[in-house]
Amino acid sequence: MNVMEVLRTAAFALRGNWMRSALTSLGVIIGIAAVIVMVSVGQGTQAEIDKLVSGLGSNRLDISSGSGVGGGGVRLAAGSRYTLSVDDADAIRKEIPEVQYVASSLRGGIQVVSGENNWSTQWQGVQTDWFDINDWIIASGQPFESRDYSGASKSVILGDTVRQQLFGDQDAVGQTVRLGRVPFTVIATLKPKGQGGFGQDQDDLVVVPLETARRRLSGSTALPPGAVQQISLGVGRAEDLSYAQGEVEALLRQRHRIQPGDDDDFNVRNISEIVATRTQTTRLMSLLLGAVAGISLIVGGIGIMNIMLVSVTERIREIGLRMAVGAGPGDIRRQFLAEAMLISLIGGVIGILLGIVGALLVGKFGSLPVALNGKVVALAAGFSVATGLFFGYYPARKASLLDPIEALRQQ
Amino acid sequence: MIGTEQPAAVIETSQLGKVYSPGSAAEVVALRDVDLRVGRGEFVAIMGPSGSGKSTLMNLIGCLDTPSSGRYLCDGVDVATLDAEQRADLRLRKIGFVFQGFNLLPRMSALENVAMPLGYANTPRLERLQRARDALESVNLGERANHRPSELSGGQQQRVAIARALINHPAILLADEPTGALDSKTGMEILALFDRLRDAGLTVVLITHAADVATHADRTFEMRDGELHPQAAHA
Repeated sequence: MNVMEVLRTAAFALRGNWMRSALTSLGVIIGIAAVIVMVSVGQGTQAEIDKLVSGLGSNRLDISSGSGVGGGGVRLAAGSRYTLSVDDADAIRKEIPEVQYVASSLRGGIQVVSGENNWSTQWQGVQTDWFDINDWIIASGQPFESRDYSGASKSVILGDTVRQQLFGDQDAVGQTVRLGRVPFTVIATLKPKGQGGFGQDQDDLVVVPLETARRRLSGSTALPPGAVQQISLGVGRAEDLSYAQGEVEALLRQRHRIQPGDDDDFNVRNISEIVATRTQTTRLMSLLLGAVAGISLIVGGIGIMNIMLVSVTERIREIGLRMAVGAGPGDIRRQFLAEAMLISLIGGVIGILLGIVGALLVGKFGSLPVALNGKVVALAAGFSVATGLFFGYYPARKASLLDPIEALRQQ
Repeated sequence: MIGTEQPAAVIETSQLGKVYSPGSAAEVVALRDVDLRVGRGEFVAIMGPSGSGKSTLMNLIGCLDTPSSGRYLCDGVDVATLDAEQRADLRLRKIGFVFQGFNLLPRMSALENVAMPLGYANTPRLERLQRARDALESVNLGERANHRPSELSGGQQQRVAIARALINHPAILLADEPTGALDSKTGMEILALFDRLRDAGLTVVLITHAADVATHADRTFEMRDGELHPQAAHA
């Protein structure tokens, strides 16, 4: 029998007992739908994290001043000693062509006041590339100009949370706020970024030019001239990141005259390394979800096997007759395999449709991100056929090994 | 009517024997030393009470089973050397079965029942249905082609089964009590159909325990305790 004929015969047999066929394929329907929803949610979460990683900058490095050693050998926190300087940043910009953006920065905490409202927040004193490196976009107003940087102007850009707290729905640009005791003019506001990868509010900040921060905000902190707490840099292409990291470390060691074998007096932090941990957690979750879906598919497959065994017993006379008129063991095996596969394939198709609808619903109404793709659907279809073939094989083989004489004698 | 011209043998057995469960306490010798030669176009009846070994002999002739000893040439092919797949193929090409209980598939139309064996011969669907229609015409059931077995009388069902047996132009038509489930009038019609087929050149082997049925055959044999005995030719 050719393939079309085998499928036609199988479809005919299934139609004859359509209620049972439908119930049997229900197991596969649920299994496949579960696979699609689970994998879609898993991939959606993964995509979310990938976006987060690139948002944080998979092509960026943060260098912070090294930890100092206080009295009695107590190691102090990173950045407690100002080992980095604006000159380091300039040297990196000049000597390492892979580095596209470099920005030195200072930061600290401060009370921001506007009229009756006040808000406690973080300030960042930055150089111009800082906005590009951190993907900050101006929502309204104008960015700092070069004279703001060089002249230490009293201009400030507000993060969205600060704007909201001080001005509510009013326009903040052009208003005056006090940072501590110093009045500043708001020249722009930032587009909100929302929650960061670690749950912090990224929009709770104010940004001023680096020199402004050094002179007006760092207060009583004794700052060596040109000292900065952090240098952020971005490479043009993400694949250059680890090369650039090595170059930066070598350059800074040379500039800081660190002898071979001595510890760095700075820390280089590669953000993608941190996020990799989270990615792994999500991957584990997807794996668990996939396992649950896989188990439901196995249960569906066992349902098929069970029904096919019943079917072989019920149709033993038909099998005997078919053998008598010339069907070989291979023909019988193919026929029952085709039936099992067809149940499973039909279940798979319905399951795929249900799964897609389910995934879309989860994406629309659930709080989980969902990513559907054709690969998952194709995989699910393949799985359903494989389930039918795997669990249909034993009953089909059993049918093919029947003795036609015995089979014809059954009532 | 044992002819002198010796037609080409379609069935030829020598020393054919079948033992079930050999060597065990339940050993049964169902068939011993059967020598049978049936030429093309002969109508042979095999009689005997139940348990005499008729069914065993029919299963062997029909290539459903393999002998324990001796040799069976089915239209020249030695069955003993064939595996299950090859025997199925031999049945497909050489044997047409007619059963007492018709054995039609209840959910298929008469036409589909008749066409069914051709599916295993990889005959294209349209040709299959055309040939099945022709076969049904030849048993005078052309206008019943689309009826299900449950919508046909016993005699009609048996004629559908005969059409199915003939669809592959077999060398041997093997009928096991074909009239057993029919009233005598309908039975006579079926036997008349066999006569016609024999006249058209088909080899017919009829297994029965009814003597009047056996009278249609050219030659009659009787099975007793697994041995085959020829009976005197009919008047």
